[in-house]
Amino acid sequence: MHQATQGHGNYLTEGGFWSWFTTLDHKRIGVMYLFTTLAFFIVGGLFAVLIRLELFRPGNLFSPDLYNQLFTFHGAIMIFMFIIPIIPAALGNFFLPLMIGAKDVAFPRLNLTSYYLFIGGAMLAVAALFSGGVDTGWTFYAPYSLRSQTAVILVTLGVFVMGFSSILTGLNFMVTIHKLRAPGMTFHRMPLFLWAIYATAIIQVLATPVIGITVLLIVMERVLQIGFFDPKLGGDPVLFQHFFWFYSHPAVYIMILPGMGIISEVVTVFSRKHIFGYVAIAYSSLAIAFISFLVWGHHMFVSGQSPLANLLFSVLTMMVAIPTAIKIFNWTATLYKGSIQLQTPMLYALSFLFLFTIGGLTGLFLATLSVDVHLHDTYFVVAHFHYVMMGGTVMGLLAGIHYWWPKMFGRMYPELSGKISCFLIFLGFNVTFLPQFYLGRLGMPRRYADYDASFTTWNMVSTIGSWFIFAGFLWMFAYLIWSLFRGEKAGDNPWGAKTLEWQTSSPPQVYNFEKIPEVKEGPYHYGVMKTE
Amino acid sequence: MNTQAGSHSVPHHFETAQQAFESAKLGMWLFLVTEILLFGVLFCIYIMYRGLYPEMFHEASLHLNRVMGATNTAVLLISSFTMAMAVHRAKHDDRVTAVRMLAITFFCGVIFMTIKYFEYTHKIHEGLLPAGMFSYDHVTHVKMPLFFSLYFMMTGLHGIHVLVGMGLILWVMVRCQRGAFGHAYSTPVELTGIYWHLVDLIWIYLFPLLYLIG
Ligand SMILES: [Cu+2]
Repeated sequence: MHQATQGHGNYLTEGGFWSWFTTLDHKRIGVMYLFTTLAFFIVGGLFAVLIRLELFRPGNLFSPDLYNQLFTFHGAIMIFMFIIPIIPAALGNFFLPLMIGAKDVAFPRLNLTSYYLFIGGAMLAVAALFSGGVDTGWTFYAPYSLRSQTAVILVTLGVFVMGFSSILTGLNFMVTIHKLRAPGMTFHRMPLFLWAIYATAIIQVLATPVIGITVLLIVMERVLQIGFFDPKLGGDPVLFQHFFWFYSHPAVYIMILPGMGIISEVVTVFSRKHIFGYVAIAYSSLAIAFISFLVWGHHMFVSGQSPLANLLFSVLTMMVAIPTAIKIFNWTATLYKGSIQLQTPMLYALSFLFLFTIGGLTGLFLATLSVDVHLHDTYFVVAHFHYVMMGGTVMGLLAGIHYWWPKMFGRMYPELSGKISCFLIFLGFNVTFLPQFYLGRLGMPRRYADYDASFTTWNMVSTIGSWFIFAGFLWMFAYLIWSLFRGEKAGDNPWGAKTLEWQTSSPPQVYNFEKIPEVKEGPYHYGVMKTE
Repeated sequence: MNTQAGSHSVPHHFETAQQAFESAKLGMWLFLVTEILLFGVLFCIYIMYRGLYPEMFHEASLHLNRVMGATNTAVLLISSFTMAMAVHRAKHDDRVTAVRMLAITFFCGVIFMTIKYFEYTHKIHEGLLPAGMFSYDHVTHVKMPLFFSLYFMMTGLHGIHVLVGMGLILWVMVRCQRGAFGHAYSTPVELTGIYWHLVDLIWIYLFPLLYLIG
């Protein structure tokens, strides 16, 4: 293993401040994505805190109109500007070329274009925030989105542009994985994170165009009154729901698959053991991507879909549980008899296993037709998808950020602080969202600014939980920023991991490797550890 | 490395020119898949409404000008041929013919858009417009406005693609004129060609589905 090359600058220090804005280096673009999406996460998170504040007790703190805008922006920001882009575009961008032993992604210029498209789309959405906001919810359901007096056009155009950015990123990654792998890096020697990124890219390329044209049609409905989705003009609003969910259900896997990929890396590194069932985990990612295109109708069980369609979508939805469970079992089997090290990334990975399992299983409740009729549009759904998105994806993301932080910035985060904030977030998360399952079962509907007094106690508990999450993230951002300047210097491979990104310097040099590596074995050979 | 036509340094992150070319081509094909999905949504809407109101589609289609539609189909077919020729000639270092072929292709695009312009103005004049603005007097079917929404959305989106394609053709034409392409490197011409064929192909579907069902 070679050490950091002295004399060469690393990717962070080469060139001046302005060189960042025109950079074609995938690592820099990844870092820019990371900070941009984290900034949106903070904004979306603040909206969430305000939402919980409104729901602390019955009665109105904000006006109902303002509340509608709060949850619309919370949803739209978190989904389109944070959780969809962050893992692929930030961590994927940074680590994909490193992990396959390439110098860059296939199309560096396109990569930078994607970033600026993302910024452009986000700016459109932010512009909407300042020109009357939007109150349709992140789903833009017709016909309300055709009549609402708020800035729907700006936000939907923003979604279109960001979607385009997402397509280009996915396309870039697919080509990179197909064409730029180092000698000896066969598909079956790729780290599982990359299988997940690859499956994600397939969905990005095949599903995003559908939402793109659909939101454009919403704009056209408002500008030219084309009437496809407008019952007043002879159109069909349910048609919009079909198109919307044809993207937005697979999009759920754009959000979760990369998180699963990170868990595969972290679980094996911190168990010091070869991953159990490599092939099963790899192909289950593709299976999830495939099935994800066939289940969109489960969002429309109560929208007047035919009973036969309902039945099929219900059965297909339950089938998603199979590849998902395959992953969970294999991760658990990897832990079995491993020498487990409980550093922060591993703590987040274990949180993922715990929370995501709850999220996944409650998804089965909702896939069951008779149960869904009762639970549809209640807080049960809200709790379910927060367990999947935050309990799953965000925990995976945080595991990844802590795991790769030393590689990205060459400095360690403070371990004890990491554990404290993980504990706060895990605790706060459960206090916030477990009660919402119960509230939903009692029948509390989602998206209302006010509620019946009988729901008060559990709403208070939920709001208090949100403060713990808030504190946890505040602490995390503080120590991460601190560590950038004062953190202990990290070696090239602080975790003793086997994948290629750890075989170069921390932070990596501009073209990643001194010499393109030759790959001779799989990514997780811990059984046959050589002395360095 | 030769310094004549077609010399082009391989970007640093590729090992060989072949690898760079294959990557670009795979990227383009993936992009075309997204384009097909983009139009796919409109085709889905078409299928749904035509299934619901077949007799309305039949009647509304009679309002379209078949001669203009057919002419445009012919124009695009010719342009696809000249585009293929341009790619072929560029690869064989025949710069003059390649540029000439690209110019003809571009000109076909101009004809197509001009005919489209006259079709559109005629429709607008008659009030055969998207649903909410529809003002045609002799409506025979209450849902007829939806057909014209589809007509404008599908041909409009296609028209935008033609314009983008014309821009690309103009760009590679200028570069070809300057001698950027040859047997060693002609990726942009080839990718533009693939794109242009797809745009033509979509029209091959649009024409019968909109014009010939009456
Ligand atoms: Cu879904």
